[in-house]
Amino acid sequence: MTSLIDNQHPGRTGASDATTDAPADPMVPRPYRISRTRQDTRDTFTLELEPVDGPLLRYRAGQFTMLDAFGVGEVPISISGDPTRPGPLEHTIRDVGVVTHALITAPTGAVLGVRGPFGTSWDVTAGEGMDVVFVAGGIGLAPLRPALMELIARRDRYNRVVLLYGARTPEDILFGDELRTWAKDHGVIVEVTVDNGQHAWRGRVGLVTQLVPRAGFDPRNTLALVCGPETMMRFVAGALTDRGVPEHRVRLSMERNMKCGVGLCGHCQLRELFVCVDGPVLPYSRLAPLLSTREL
Amino acid sequence: MADEARLIDLDGLQGLIDALGARGYTVIGPTVRDGAIVQAPVRGVDDLPRGWGDEQDAAHYRLRRRDDDALFGFAAGAQSVKPVVFPAHELIWRGRRTGTEFTVNDRDADGPVAGPPPPYAFLGVRSCDLHALAIHDTVLLGRGYTDTRYAERRAGSFVVAVTCTDPGGTCFCASMGTGPHPDTGFDLALTELVDDGPHRFLVEVGTPRGAEVLADVATTPAPESDVVEADAIAVEAAGRMGRTLDTDGLKDVLYASADSPRWDDVASRCLACTNCTLVCPTCFCTSVEDVADLTGDVAERRRVWDSCFNEDFSYIHGGSIRTETRSRYRQWITHKLAAWVDQFGTSGCVGCGRCITWCPAAIDITAEAAALRWTPQPAATGS
Repeated sequence: MTSLIDNQHPGRTGASDATTDAPADPMVPRPYRISRTRQDTRDTFTLELEPVDGPLLRYRAGQFTMLDAFGVGEVPISISGDPTRPGPLEHTIRDVGVVTHALITAPTGAVLGVRGPFGTSWDVTAGEGMDVVFVAGGIGLAPLRPALMELIARRDRYNRVVLLYGARTPEDILFGDELRTWAKDHGVIVEVTVDNGQHAWRGRVGLVTQLVPRAGFDPRNTLALVCGPETMMRFVAGALTDRGVPEHRVRLSMERNMKCGVGLCGHCQLRELFVCVDGPVLPYSRLAPLLSTREL
Repeated sequence: MADEARLIDLDGLQGLIDALGARGYTVIGPTVRDGAIVQAPVRGVDDLPRGWGDEQDAAHYRLRRRDDDALFGFAAGAQSVKPVVFPAHELIWRGRRTGTEFTVNDRDADGPVAGPPPPYAFLGVRSCDLHALAIHDTVLLGRGYTDTRYAERRAGSFVVAVTCTDPGGTCFCASMGTGPHPDTGFDLALTELVDDGPHRFLVEVGTPRGAEVLADVATTPAPESDVVEADAIAVEAAGRMGRTLDTDGLKDVLYASADSPRWDDVASRCLACTNCTLVCPTCFCTSVEDVADLTGDVAERRRVWDSCFNEDFSYIHGGSIRTETRSRYRQWITHKLAAWVDQFGTSGCVGCGRCITWCPAAIDITAEAAALRWTPQPAATGS
């Protein structure tokens, strides 16, 4: 996109030109209607949205939108749907704040605002011909789901595919039915661990990091996609690179405060990166020097 | 452009203001208000700060009476033109909800703060602020997404720059390569000549539109001696900067200083008051505020200036990323002097000195950068 202003000739473009040629304002949301709200866990819900007017949103796995609860506010939420099939726009949302609470409690048929999609994608196709390792922590599974769906649609192009998933408790495990389908029907090795398992839980207890050495991928020929709390991602990326996965083939989805989603508000900066437009998906080779400094 | 230089006198300057007004511009220029030079609409030469100068130092700003009648005989005012082209409060959209639906309208609504109407002609823009404007254009217009309201306001604006003839104690544009003589980005540029001869201004033309406006003003050809005098004034001003900043390798210095003990030192003085970001001509960070009426059916989203010194600035669920003042000062100075270069191909600092002048704790960006350069880095530790 070129600037309206030529710095050498600041007066060249007249004011009237600017109004007639004004580009669509990226800060103004489009209305979407909630067609379904599904409760995934005690605090996590998936919203299915359809545009009130116009075509379905086209997006790439890993991108996010700014979701607007009218009069309450706006938050960045990763898209959790299947990018290979046209259908409602899906977002999986944890009930953690005023806006997310308004979003998940809005009735079916209510209209929300959507801006986007914004940001970089997982680009899972870079892992064709390789092993692909997904590592998810908590709700971090939701932004990874579109990449998994994309991979599954072309499963034969990939070698060993592993999903390592850590949740807080067995009750917090997201997309439980799908985890079984991915494992049973699509040749995905799914390993789940919880921080805290009681009663009937017979699976693993412990950090997701501990699953990395056992996952049986070929480090030199692996693409790793990681999403979860920042501390978890830092340790997972460390564990992956320790085993020999090249830093540039470890990709993390970063979270920062975002007010605009389009690189203008400045909130999401991580040193030279604008996480909203340079990310959210970024290679560990770029992130490693930035994640080792506290409060950067 | 020296061979095209013209001269105008005080009547000519009034003629220039009139010519801009006749073309529909709101002319914004320096005025005296509340003991400071501030940008405001001006209708004539009489509105300008005739005979006023200033003294500036860290945490210090005073107007002073000059011993001449210079109209532009002061350094950077309290604000650049930023608040005009990029207001501190701006309506993004207003929406109305009916039942479960809502519609938004971004065009026919007035902002919460009504300013003077565009288009604007900026009179007396310093070279530092001219560079800041160009940086702002890059940030808000020159990348993937555009601030559409800024684009409209900026596209129609006319710039009359002025050579800084009496830089202040906190100025360091000469270090940043951004002044004091305006070199680009203006329609017209003035150099004020106050000597034994008549009060006059050397005028340089920067654009065809500038030439067209100047054609409506009574001018005379500038004698070579005045061109030489104007050049000498700029050279002399460059030698009287109150501060210097060594920019050699500065980005690497800042990046290497992420764990410097200096941050604790500056944090012991910094109040995180955000003054530096409010007066900075290039700081662009904003937040949004949602405001609804009592029924909740009419809502507005407003863009408001924000600051990386606010704790909420980096808030994500669970807490802020930068909880400590040391982290927030590090973010500000590292962004300004280092990350900005990676992001936009230029430093974010134009050497106007406002952050030094208006810091209540007298924190000096040039002194902090120098201290970081000479502070030994802690030995690298494994994490």
